[in-house]
Amino acid sequence: MTDLSQSPTPVPAGQNSLLTLSDRTKKRNAAEKRFKIYGISAIAVGLLMLVVLVTTIVSRGTGAFQQSFITLKVELLEAKLDKKGNRNLEDIKKVTTFGYAPIVKAAMQQAVQDLGIETDLKSKQMAALLSKNAVAQLRAYVLENPEHIGTTVEFRFLAQSRVDGYLKGRVSRDSIENDKNISPQQLDLADELLAAGVLEKTFNLDFILGSDASDQRPEAAGMGVSMLGSLFMMLVVLALALPIGVAASIYLEEFAAKNWMTDIIEVNIANLAAVPSIVYGILGLAVFINYMHLPMSAPLVGGLVLTLMTLPTIIISTRASLKAVPPSIRDAALGVGASKMQAVFHHVLPLAAPGILTGTIIGLAQALGETAPLLLIGMVGFIASNAPESIADGLLAPNSAMPAQIYEWAKRADPAFYERAWGGIIILLVFLVTMNTVAVILRRRFERRW
Amino acid sequence: MNTMNVMDRTLETKTTKIAARDVNVYYGDTHAIKDVNVKIEANTVTAFIGPSGCGKSTFLRCLNRMNDTIDICRVTGDILLDGEDIYDKRVDPVQLRAKVGMVFQKPNPFPKSIFDNVSYGPRIHGLARNKAELEEIVEKSLRRAAIWEEVKDRLDAPGTGLSGGQQQRLCIARAIATEPEVLLMDEPCSALDPIATAQVEELIDELRASYSVVIVTHSMQQAARVSQKTAFFHLGNLVEFGPTGQIFTNPEDPRTESYITGRIG
Ligand SMILES: Nc1ncnc2c1ncn2[C@@H]1O[C@H](COP(=O)(O)OP(=O)(O)O)[C@@H](O)[C@H]1O
Ligand SMILES: [Mg+2]
Repeated sequence: MTDLSQSPTPVPAGQNSLLTLSDRTKKRNAAEKRFKIYGISAIAVGLLMLVVLVTTIVSRGTGAFQQSFITLKVELLEAKLDKKGNRNLEDIKKVTTFGYAPIVKAAMQQAVQDLGIETDLKSKQMAALLSKNAVAQLRAYVLENPEHIGTTVEFRFLAQSRVDGYLKGRVSRDSIENDKNISPQQLDLADELLAAGVLEKTFNLDFILGSDASDQRPEAAGMGVSMLGSLFMMLVVLALALPIGVAASIYLEEFAAKNWMTDIIEVNIANLAAVPSIVYGILGLAVFINYMHLPMSAPLVGGLVLTLMTLPTIIISTRASLKAVPPSIRDAALGVGASKMQAVFHHVLPLAAPGILTGTIIGLAQALGETAPLLLIGMVGFIASNAPESIADGLLAPNSAMPAQIYEWAKRADPAFYERAWGGIIILLVFLVTMNTVAVILRRRFERRW
Repeated sequence: MNTMNVMDRTLETKTTKIAARDVNVYYGDTHAIKDVNVKIEANTVTAFIGPSGCGKSTFLRCLNRMNDTIDICRVTGDILLDGEDIYDKRVDPVQLRAKVGMVFQKPNPFPKSIFDNVSYGPRIHGLARNKAELEEIVEKSLRRAAIWEEVKDRLDAPGTGLSGGQQQRLCIARAIATEPEVLLMDEPCSALDPIATAQVEELIDELRASYSVVIVTHSMQQAARVSQKTAFFHLGNLVEFGPTGQIFTNPEDPRTESYITGRIG
């Protein structure tokens, strides 16, 4: 027995042994190997691009989440802020930010003196290390706490963007040669303050939650208000596109007779999904603003435009998930005497729901990142400096949106804004990646359970 | 299986439950059913046999208007249930299907619990006034479908988690829970193993006491085992219809004979 198996009978002449590869097999295997290499290199290129993209965004954008602050003790002089001394809010309000400037200057000078720093800068130049926002911040505080007038309070002021840039390595002594906003002496002072711990770079929540700021104050600009703009737009899209899209798909898929009419509708929905988004923007301008006289730059209009844009996506994915429900389920329901509507709502729709949700989330994510149509309805370039006060305000008051805000920052000349644009992109991407991840999880979780 | 004994079965005359007159069915240009006339009796198991594609399923689906769901399907002629034309304009197919239940070829339980599967029909037709009554209907239906003992401890488990034979019996329970008068079964055993098949066949024989059962089958042995009447379809024609014993032992038409002896099909 063992003998036999150890010395197999030789393969007869004219017949191929299985142990040697024929030329044909070799060729096929080589082709397969080549194809695998193509595939792997394609994926590698894709991954490389992704790595480059992510590292670029992260390396350029993380700076925006940190900000330089200068901590100062400020003496809230009664003589300057409330001359009459009776803490009447109306009187205190009469003091403009100009009136606060000397107080800030004095506080800065005091701090420099206390630390024993030698400098030949004037107090105005010292105070220039602070953001132009500082006086406004101070005034807002005083108006809120008038009883603190006459005392000394510690404040954390934003440093101006050049100082911030210096701490982040964006600004150097060479790069400011022709810069009238800052001088080398001021940078020397910044170095001293940094060493003394008065100037420090920390995480800046205001970049995420705050509002946009004017050209002069990049250090104060934040994404928060435009995020709210995006949020209100998404609410409009969700409230309109989901019910309309789902109702349309259910009707087309389950009730409408299949004839040339439905064929035409089908083709047109596919076409609409491919229409460039700027077309929806100009449509929104013509219909919602010029004809219906809805306000410019309002998230409501943005939401309506994005609804039009998202509808085809939702309809297509909803129809696909309705189609994926096996017909035997419909037969089963009809067979026990359910009406068509009962069959759809009791059995088909629940099974299609995960797919519908996935499609909706992906449609929303698309809409969230859309910029072009917002150009035409005035949501780009608008400086949203106040958060909306109510839901109606959120829908109707002029606002911006996340991608529009990013575009706006990227357009401004000051490199400090450029950094914020990258930071904004990080926030936007976090939203998009989260939404898409939720969509994938939903799909995995509920995939085909019949 | 002894097909020789089928002649000895007693054949009482019974009332006509469904009468089809000159029924033609078209799928677009395809003429699938040609001038079929047949009378289906109450409390009888009627088997439809014939080679595949001859129109058995098509004709069966006419009896509860399931063909309405196919856009291109057109039915002409009359089908009377208890003397009423089911294709009359005033008839709502939903009401009809509550009276004429259906069990499909592939077991198709809803992806819901066993209890929900059976209770769905009674619920939408308002057959139970409260939860207790509903539970009673579910238990009765599952018992009659001979699956109660196997599932009574897991009525909350999904119906799709049962074995193929159990799923089909669950579907039968679901169909009889709405108290239909006629039960249509389209090759109910084609996806089942022999043991499950035997269970379902036994069940069909019991159901005969309360319902008219129409069963499509590709197995002649099955037709011989469970039915009293047999209809042989060929290329859309009803070739021969009569007592099962007679069809299997003494067919009149040569086509029936060659099908039964295995020459066509
Ligand atoms: N939905 C349909 N659309 C078009 N033709 C169909 C459809 N269903 C069945 N047919 C045709 O009708 C004929 C009868 O089919 P069917 O009733 O399923 O046969 P059987 O059940 O006897 O195997 C076949 O020729 C088949 O091609
Ligand atoms: Mg069939």
